[in-house]
Amino acid sequence: MAKDTLYDYRAVKGFAISSLFWGTAGLLVGILISLQLVYPHLNFSPAFTYGRLRPLHTNVLIYGFTIPAAFSLFFYLVQRLGRTPLAFPRLASAQLTVFNIAIVLAGLSLLAGMNTSKEYAELEWPLDVGVVVLWVMFAINIVGTIIKRKEEQMYVSLWFILATVVGVAIVYIGNNLEVPVSWFKSYSAYAGANDANVQWWFGHNAVAFVFTTIPLAVFYYILPKVTGAPLYSHRLSIIGFWSLIFAYLWTGAHHLIYTPLPDWIQTVAIAFSFFLIAPSWASVINGYGTMNGQWQQMRSTYLVKFVVLGITFYGLQTLQGPSQAVRAFSTLVHFTDWVPGHVHMGTMGWVTMTISAGYYYMIPRIYNTELHSVKLANLHFWLVLVGQLIYSMTMWVTGVRQGAMWQAVNQDGSLMYSNFIQTLTPNYPFWNMRTAGGIIFFAGFLVFVYNLYKTIRSAKAGQRA
Amino acid sequence: MNVDKNPVIFVVLAVAAILVGTLVTTFIPLFVGTASPSLEKVIPYKPIELEGRDIYIREGCNNCHTQTVRPLKFETDRYGTYSKLENSAIDRPHLWGSKRTGPDLANVGTKYPAPWHTMHMKKPQGMYKDSNMPPYPWLADRALDARYAEKKMRVLGYPFTSEDISALGGKTEMDAIVAYLTRLGKETR
Repeated sequence: MAKDTLYDYRAVKGFAISSLFWGTAGLLVGILISLQLVYPHLNFSPAFTYGRLRPLHTNVLIYGFTIPAAFSLFFYLVQRLGRTPLAFPRLASAQLTVFNIAIVLAGLSLLAGMNTSKEYAELEWPLDVGVVVLWVMFAINIVGTIIKRKEEQMYVSLWFILATVVGVAIVYIGNNLEVPVSWFKSYSAYAGANDANVQWWFGHNAVAFVFTTIPLAVFYYILPKVTGAPLYSHRLSIIGFWSLIFAYLWTGAHHLIYTPLPDWIQTVAIAFSFFLIAPSWASVINGYGTMNGQWQQMRSTYLVKFVVLGITFYGLQTLQGPSQAVRAFSTLVHFTDWVPGHVHMGTMGWVTMTISAGYYYMIPRIYNTELHSVKLANLHFWLVLVGQLIYSMTMWVTGVRQGAMWQAVNQDGSLMYSNFIQTLTPNYPFWNMRTAGGIIFFAGFLVFVYNLYKTIRSAKAGQRA
Repeated sequence: MNVDKNPVIFVVLAVAAILVGTLVTTFIPLFVGTASPSLEKVIPYKPIELEGRDIYIREGCNNCHTQTVRPLKFETDRYGTYSKLENSAIDRPHLWGSKRTGPDLANVGTKYPAPWHTMHMKKPQGMYKDSNMPPYPWLADRALDARYAEKKMRVLGYPFTSEDISALGGKTEMDAIVAYLTRLGKETR
């Protein structure tokens, strides 16, 4: 207890609780939009139609769940790894307030139809300014705390934290340059193919600096902590880190295969997508190597399951991604449900699994208590694992099916399913299964939230006693 | 020099690593102009078409419809001529999309006449019983704002006449989105 008073965990706690709240909301919207795809009468005009809710789902889970989870976990990690308290705790508290106001305004603006149309960058320009302000507040605390750290060597997790800080800033500002018309409307600074190119440079690197470097920072910290085994290879993590942040930026145009964007940009992106397997798997190998001789902990320590399954889905994700960048395979699956299947393996299997592990590790420690129930944590694990597998597998199957139907021709070379709707309606049973998978995942997430709620409650009760 | 002992040097190197691929893949095309075609043949948007396009964005149509036909036989058979740089050259933002829950719309203006689109927008299920598209009958109840439309044309630098603006009088959002949809596929002379 006395030792821990050194550190300032107020913002760590605030952002953790905020992210759990907004995460729950974002998942609920996900379930609603998955139902709307099969049952169109569940669209409630104008605010609650699929076209407005889908950006709400993605934005709330990126900016309302993953980003504040990073604020929370990173404020914890920089203090622990630097053995020093947060540099500016009052700035962090202000950031927490601004964040929660901004996410409410973001949600309302999307429901009102204010959006730029650019995926994961839909927020209109005043909110873009808000995001940048929040990010600067965050960066000042992260860099400030790292500079005044007492541990000379910066551990791997701190590299990924610094990469997140600069990477998100560069791609977010670069893609959101726009010319305002009013407070609620703007037009992109880029036109046509250049706008598409900048958008997917951003889109893919939002994956790099939100869905990759954030969970990797957590992964590198807690894997040695929970297994008690040292990291397999420090050298491998150095090579992996620098090649990862170098190569990711070249790959955006693999989202634009066979579009009018000049071929050379597409081909460079495809080549670098394959190169990316190496640095991605450097982390996977580091994880498995650390587990060497420790595999029995998969049975005995619930947290090890989360970390190992998380990095395994990261490994699968980073093999599936490059395969989709092959022109021949892209021809089949691009524009189909395969792609959301791919994304959700990453977000539900890797990102959420790893953030959950981070919270299970961190929350009992910052509240000076024990986890409420390991049994419930195990239940959470199996529910999110099964839910995610049902989700992604049904989407892969129906994606390949629909892609094949789009290509199918009769003996005379004419299209076999010339009416688009013939290829759409066979999705419906798969989409219903996907909703079931999503509900199972959501149930797991609720168990997780409940378990942490009880943990925090018991800590507060203990303090009063 | 120990990179992992000095955060300032570390950040400088990380930014440099990030900027190399950024500059080559996005800035070079932007400034050399390899992705910027000649605008000579491009027909600019009329105010009512731009209004329709902004409604398309507001309602998030791009979440389910692409506007880019790939140069592949099965694509051009289904959706018509493949997309070229000219088709979206003046578009801010582009609306190529990434997912086809519904069909591609790059050439939909050459496929169906305006009354078809109006009927379909009002009640998609009336035309395709099992369609999952939300109906948009309420667009017909909402008037356009001519002054705001004029301001948007100015910001984008698109040419227009005062007749173009006064033509918006009495027009609804439904008229605008249909005007936009019937333009798709007719971007060039």
